[in-house]
Amino acid sequence: MSIEVRHIHKSFGPVHANNDISLKFDDGRIYGILGENGAGKSTLMKILSGFYLPDSGEIFVDGKPVHYTDPQGAIEAGIGMLQQDPLDIGPFTVLENFVYGRPDGALPDWQAAREQLQQLSARFHFDLNPDVTIERLSIGQRQQLEIIRLLALGVRVLILDEPTTGISALQKSVLFGSLKRLAKEDGLTVLFVSHKLEDVLELCDEVAVLRLGRLVGQAKLPVTTDELVAMMFGQELAPPSHEKVAPGDVVLEVRDLTVASHRVTVEGLNLQIRAGEVVGLAGLDGSGQELLMRASVGLLKPLKGRVLINGQDMTGRPFRAFLEAGVGFGAAGRLEEGLVSGLTLTEHFALVDPEQRAWIDWERARAVTEERINHYNIYGRPDSPIETLSGGNQQRVLMALMPSSPHILVLEHPTRGLDVESARWIWEQILARRSEGTAVLFTSADLDEIMTYSDRILVFYAGQVTEVTEPESTTVEELGHLIGGQGIRKEAAA
Amino acid sequence: MDELARILGSIVSNATPLVIASIGETITERVGVVNLSLDGSIALAAMVGFVTAYLSGNALLGLLAGTVIGMLIALLIVVANIELKQDQVAVGFVLTLLAADLAQFLGQDYTRIPGPTFPTVPIPVLADVPFLGQIFFRHNLLVYFSFVLLFGTWFVMYRTRYGLALRAVGERPATAFARGTNVNRTRYFYTAVGGAMVGLAGASYALAIKPGWANPPVMRGDGWIALAIVIFGGWHPFRVAFGAYLFAGLRALASTIQQQTDLPLVLVNAVPWVLMILTLLLVSGGFVERLIRVAPGPVQRVLRNFLRSEPPAALGAEFSRE
Ligand SMILES: Nc1ncnc2c1ncn2[C@@H]1O[C@H](COP(=O)(O)OP(=O)(O)O)[C@@H](O)[C@H]1O
Ligand SMILES: [Mg+2]
Repeated sequence: MSIEVRHIHKSFGPVHANNDISLKFDDGRIYGILGENGAGKSTLMKILSGFYLPDSGEIFVDGKPVHYTDPQGAIEAGIGMLQQDPLDIGPFTVLENFVYGRPDGALPDWQAAREQLQQLSARFHFDLNPDVTIERLSIGQRQQLEIIRLLALGVRVLILDEPTTGISALQKSVLFGSLKRLAKEDGLTVLFVSHKLEDVLELCDEVAVLRLGRLVGQAKLPVTTDELVAMMFGQELAPPSHEKVAPGDVVLEVRDLTVASHRVTVEGLNLQIRAGEVVGLAGLDGSGQELLMRASVGLLKPLKGRVLINGQDMTGRPFRAFLEAGVGFGAAGRLEEGLVSGLTLTEHFALVDPEQRAWIDWERARAVTEERINHYNIYGRPDSPIETLSGGNQQRVLMALMPSSPHILVLEHPTRGLDVESARWIWEQILARRSEGTAVLFTSADLDEIMTYSDRILVFYAGQVTEVTEPESTTVEELGHLIGGQGIRKEAAA
Repeated sequence: MDELARILGSIVSNATPLVIASIGETITERVGVVNLSLDGSIALAAMVGFVTAYLSGNALLGLLAGTVIGMLIALLIVVANIELKQDQVAVGFVLTLLAADLAQFLGQDYTRIPGPTFPTVPIPVLADVPFLGQIFFRHNLLVYFSFVLLFGTWFVMYRTRYGLALRAVGERPATAFARGTNVNRTRYFYTAVGGAMVGLAGASYALAIKPGWANPPVMRGDGWIALAIVIFGGWHPFRVAFGAYLFAGLRALASTIQQQTDLPLVLVNAVPWVLMILTLLLVSGGFVERLIRVAPGPVQRVLRNFLRSEPPAALGAEFSRE
């Protein structure tokens, strides 16, 4: 089934999220929809799948104009979308989720649905037990369920919005395998939205690139990464320069530290981080690196050992005391821990005003906010509620909220979910502070990021720590082995 | 043995309005709406139900009138919420007070007079089953209705596609919309159904369980109890009904104790409330989680499913499309 959009416009208030977009997608092919955060990719896809109505423009299916006004209508027209955060119901079982929305009678045929579910998941090697609740599934499994649910509804155009964020490498290869089969064997049209170049290069037949609401380029693969980056950003980008800074005094020290969660224990860790040093923590999620991070900022009480900031013993002191001692902390869950959903930008800046007066001077707060918005290039207004900003802009706010010259920055996944340009911008900010002597401790799931920016790397595997002192002479493969737990024994033997 | 069956039978009968009201509220909350007005709507429905039955001489007509009252009050809450963007809890609370006062005021000339009631109708054959017959099958029609309501609600909720839509709307309206459910219409419908059950529960006091009307009303406080029972029951019809029977049982126990000792009445009457608060603390505190964790592995999953008591995630939240 081919699908075409012509002259699509969509605005949200002053934001022109889709500006005169015309595109055609043929069956049997996989299309990458590329663009940085806020480019308008999700908006276009939501229009295609009936979640949003375009302000103007038309949609054609197999050359005929179609008019649907809700997702159900789009599905009847053969177009289904897997949202970035899969739209399912947490307490429902997998089977209930699969059945909900099917055009059955009052009493669904549960047995037939169960068989269809099992058949489809077997075909694509998905791992879905019909009787467990959605809450117990990983994001990857929830995506798998959405995909087969849409297939069972007979969609011929499958849209996936950023499906590779938050799933494991194995789930990703299973996903890519099934998308290729759907396109080649079943002749589906697949639209794959992403800001990750390598995913698009690996999977797609063609790409369309959006920038600031406009279609700025189209290409058949193969194309080079550089060409795509040039289309996405208008120019080619090199990582920001980062010369080593001569390390200064010890800023953070942990002595014989033991920290534990219910999953993992880190025992007897000793570490010193000096001013101007960047230390990256690598490891699979939950290998102990987050325990060290949280203990270093006073959010987790060590079972044993000491934590020192600038030589001062901070063990057992509250988070607030760490902040006052010059620690800046960026939490992984931006909207859960770092920012307050429902508060505006101005309110956020008023909250961290160093002069904690009982009455807020709103005029001053607003002025500060406007200055920060300019300085940090934030796409938003002082009275925008924080949750209406895109992920990249939220991360910028988080950076802007940090003290301007902390002794140490402790950052959990500082660029998770961001596009190349936003990530690069965040690092420019971090490195600018480092050149003034700030030490940096960060975690990332992106090995390239860790290799690029770290002066030293600590690899965590099941609570055991291996130090890599010379990232320049280490390869990603070697690091990967350490993360997977291979090589720890070798090191011990050597 | 006969004595025990008789006591259990009367507990089943006395629990009936609580069962009906709390299942009604379960339906309403499951679709994402809190009807906080229960204590007031039950009283007003009881009064209107009694007066209608008294004036018309027809208990069924009274029941119908009470049902309509409950439905209208619930609809006020959901209209105020969806159309006027008012907070459900605030509106519900105001309506509680308003309805209770209205009941006392309008009903003042009809207190302590006999009126039509629903007679006991033993169910042929079943009523003669030893023991169980006495407990379950020698009652008035409203008691039987509560049984049908209980199983019917469970069946619709967990076995039909309407039930999927109902639960989805209360849990994640955006998903419900994506699956083709009309979120607001679904909320209107099930809030009305739930409210109707609350009204019916109110009328069933006046026309069957504690016949007549009085100032202050005999069922005062039961609306709040029903709201607590919904939480205790984890928004699941069977557990909710279990909670209602448990509470009626505790009440019966308290009144027996009171008759056989010379403890002050007020103190004994307070016992079921205190026990209710304790059970609420138990189910909502970290206690359950600790209890589950010490259980052996395979039992954990069963326990967790049964004791799970998360409120519907979209309870009280508004839904709009963009
Ligand atoms: N529901 C909405 N309300 C207001 N603004 C929105 C909404 N959805 C998207 N936007 C804005 O439209 C722009 C494009 O967003 P989006 O399509 O989500 O981008 P992408 O998916 O490419 O990251 C952004 O500036 C975003 O803030
Ligand atoms: Mg998006």
